[in-house]
Amino acid sequence: MIRWLQDLLQTNAVADAPARTAPSAKPAPPPSARALPGETLAKQLALVIDLNVCVGCHACVTSCKEWNTSGSAGALADENPYGANPTGTFFNRVQTYEAGIFPGTDTIHFPKSCLHCEDPPCVPVCPTGASYKRKEDGIVLVDYDKCIGCKYCAWACPYGARELDEERQVMTKCTLCVDRIYDEHLPPQDRKPACVKACPTGARLFGDVKDPDSEVSKAIRERGGYALMPEWETQPANQYLPRRVTEVAGGATKVEPKLGGLA
Amino acid sequence: MNPAFSVVVFTTIAGAAQGLVVTLALAQLAGVPLGAGFTTGALILAEVMLLIGLGASFGHLGRPERAWRAVLMWRTSWLSREVIVLPAFIGVVGLWWLALRAGIATPLLPLAASVIAALLWYCTAMIYACLRFIEEWAQPLTPVNFALIGLSSGLVLASALAAFAGEAALLRLTGPCALIVTLLAWATRALALRRNAALKHRSTLQSATGIRAPNLVQTSMGMSSGAFNTREFFHGRTLALLKQVRLGFIVLGFALPALFALWGVAGGTALPWALALACQVPGLLAERWFFFAQAKHPQNLYYQVVS
Repeated sequence: MIRWLQDLLQTNAVADAPARTAPSAKPAPPPSARALPGETLAKQLALVIDLNVCVGCHACVTSCKEWNTSGSAGALADENPYGANPTGTFFNRVQTYEAGIFPGTDTIHFPKSCLHCEDPPCVPVCPTGASYKRKEDGIVLVDYDKCIGCKYCAWACPYGARELDEERQVMTKCTLCVDRIYDEHLPPQDRKPACVKACPTGARLFGDVKDPDSEVSKAIRERGGYALMPEWETQPANQYLPRRVTEVAGGATKVEPKLGGLA
Repeated sequence: MNPAFSVVVFTTIAGAAQGLVVTLALAQLAGVPLGAGFTTGALILAEVMLLIGLGASFGHLGRPERAWRAVLMWRTSWLSREVIVLPAFIGVVGLWWLALRAGIATPLLPLAASVIAALLWYCTAMIYACLRFIEEWAQPLTPVNFALIGLSSGLVLASALAAFAGEAALLRLTGPCALIVTLLAWATRALALRRNAALKHRSTLQSATGIRAPNLVQTSMGMSSGAFNTREFFHGRTLALLKQVRLGFIVLGFALPALFALWGVAGGTALPWALALACQVPGLLAERWFFFAQAKHPQNLYYQVVS
């Protein structure tokens, strides 16, 4: 009972802070960790997924589940895991598509997780403020202790990136392994999302898309990175690199972009 | 979308209760002579309906014990605004009932109840209409339909109550209004259906994946059994059933009630109003079910094939 009162008072204190010129010696309340709607952030962490090299092995899916089911937020639902109809919560799914007409078809494996949109439609609709976008790195998160499980944010996400955990009855989603990427107990090379670490082909790049010199920014720039469903202007931070086709095998290969993006 | 029973019941019952309260409020403001106890009795009925609706809305929450938190984000969330306006409406209706019991006849309370009822219709509808990529909902007709359907059912209910209680003066006013508003609601709902039938969704499998090949099919959604994404966003019913439900709600929710209302206005007995009410209740529940079932969420593009 007291906890929520404290939360409420703290929120009010932050909101009132600029209006008050407090003569008291109390230190100023910390600035809000939440990005405001329409705010441009200096840093935006994201994944860039290379459809050219993803082989559809689902290692990122299992690694994600393993890391996130073992975290402090509690186990992710895993109902009937050895039965005929297993179901549960996953933050990351690998799907498969087939493009073209047989026999000239391309099989494209397509990993899909939260895109950490720069203008996330799921955040303003949340009635409790449990869903928010972090100001410091642009990660979209759910505060599981504040979520009432109304599912409205999942309705408001055109990508189907959010999954209600049927056991905990709160909304869950990809956190970009926020409990891992800043963990100073881990060696620096391990401070990456679990899916990135697990990918055997290096199809998942991780970094700051606002830093023009980062690996992800270069990949987007040089390899025709594109966003999903650009028609809804959500400005997804995660981007995809299109499939390329190697036309001549061996020696000097002629590589040309095909099937996707703006290329 | 997969229609949630709790939300269907809540929006239909609360909408009708709002319509009933607005009818009673306008009747009092217009100075229609009403028998002692009729308005208070009808207000109790409206409160019971609202409380049933409120209870149903809790059924949609995974963590109902935290529901109070939903009032916090009223600056950005229509759902939060609805969560504030609904108890306010219940409170004002309760106050009005108390005032009537105490013999205080103030025009302020019925006026406030009408304004808040309209606000509640708007908040409820905007929860759906503000989701720009659910194109069946994102249209100005959504709030219009929520309000007119609520008003129609409220007027039919008020007319039935008036007919049973022998409130001839009220029935002379609400009877023709029920007929006109039901026809109007039918017209605007039909317009929305026509618009949705011609709707061409902006998102395609190509825009969803960025794979621009014209021939593109999903071969696996990435799981062998269902997930939240397949349970929440697919109703799993056939197109034929959907068509039957659409015909059913047009007949039961609008056509028959209008016909019975015409009979009631011409004949003046209680029977047609009872019949109008009896067929409008399942009709409007079916209407709201169809409202949810018809909406195609763009995320469904990603969940088409199990393998």
